[in-house]
Amino acid sequence: MMKIILSNSSDKPIYEQIVEQIRSQILYGELSEGTQLPSIRKLAQELRISVITTKRAYEELEREKLIETVAGKGSFVASQNKELMREKKLAEIENKLSEAIKDSKLLNMTLDDLIEILRFLYEEDKHE
Amino acid sequence: MNNILEVQNINKSYKDFSLKNVSFELKEGYIMGFIGPNGAGKTTVIKLIMNLIKKDSGSIKVFGKDHIKNEKEIKDRIGFVYDDNCYYEEFKLYEIKRIIAPFYSKWNDDLFNKYIRQFELPLDKKLKKLSKGMKMKFSIAMALSHDPDLIIMDEPTAGLDPVFRAELLELLLELMQNENKSIFFSSHITSDLDKIADYITFIYDGEILFSRTKDEISESYGIVKGANELLNEEIKKSFIHCTQSPYGFEALTMDIPKIRQEFGDSVIIERPSLQDIMVHMHMARRQAGNE
Repeated sequence: MMKIILSNSSDKPIYEQIVEQIRSQILYGELSEGTQLPSIRKLAQELRISVITTKRAYEELEREKLIETVAGKGSFVASQNKELMREKKLAEIENKLSEAIKDSKLLNMTLDDLIEILRFLYEEDKHE
Repeated sequence: MNNILEVQNINKSYKDFSLKNVSFELKEGYIMGFIGPNGAGKTTVIKLIMNLIKKDSGSIKVFGKDHIKNEKEIKDRIGFVYDDNCYYEEFKLYEIKRIIAPFYSKWNDDLFNKYIRQFELPLDKKLKKLSKGMKMKFSIAMALSHDPDLIIMDEPTAGLDPVFRAELLELLLELMQNENKSIFFSSHITSDLDKIADYITFIYDGEILFSRTKDEISESYGIVKGANELLNEEIKKSFIHCTQSPYGFEALTMDIPKIRQEFGDSVIIERPSLQDIMVHMHMARRQAGNE
């Protein structure tokens, strides 16, 4: 089941929030290949937002080849090339790390401080 | 995509008010919110579309057809919700229905009864006995019962409590599942209905200040907040309007990149609500008028 939570206080546009959440659910396999997405109008109704906003989100996901729209049938999660999938996931990880780096700079942390935290979290996860 | 409503260069002058070259268009399958302060000309524009008053110049097309030459055919496909009640107050609700229904080729009694039940309207009461909110509900039921392709509502949420506003929202969202339906509504308070609007047209003092998708609007405007000492004459040029308190300033801008470049993280930039935009633009205009 697709999950979407929209925030009005976020400075990210609504359509971008939708794209990010669907994208990450596809990349992490929570939405599997061939899964049908609600229609643009249905999604707008359920999220109580404008049709133009959901349309724009789907167009972006189509452009990224994450979903496919078949006229008269609806939109589906596209089949993903494994190599491409890995690349997209890597890009996502890079984005998240960049954010962490930006925040750490605000606290005047050094690269070593950051690596230390990363190592700690990585090891901890392995033990679980 | 087809334009369901096309208003071009409309002019209309009264003694102390005029509409100046009003233009906008609504595409089939979408919702447009028509916003502006009281007295900006919203009702006048709606009355012109409905051919209840005569324009001085310009053209209006509904469903691609001239709104006067094809008035009968067009109105058969429009559901119109008035701001003031237009029905004879001494009649009972079912009597009003009996009078109005025959005018519409697609009038649907089942649909009408469904809305009456849903809105809990007393059919055997006189209209004048109803509260303001109930009258609005009745007006909405009447407007929707002939399965219109275009719904025009003048201040539909005026006098409605939040619970019914939410109900109305659900109802309209349900209607919009059909991609051949379009909605045009006016409002002087930015309300819950704006959430579902695809386009926003902003009228101020008889002029259209903008008519764009709501997404474009919320992405191109920003509310900037920061400390007073950051302000100077140069930077004020990138503000549409700026208010100051002893503790800081708040301004509306259309140049977010410039503000970011100038101030970096020393200011907060928020996405404005339609209300923020409406209020700041009003103040900016008033200031300009005083200078």
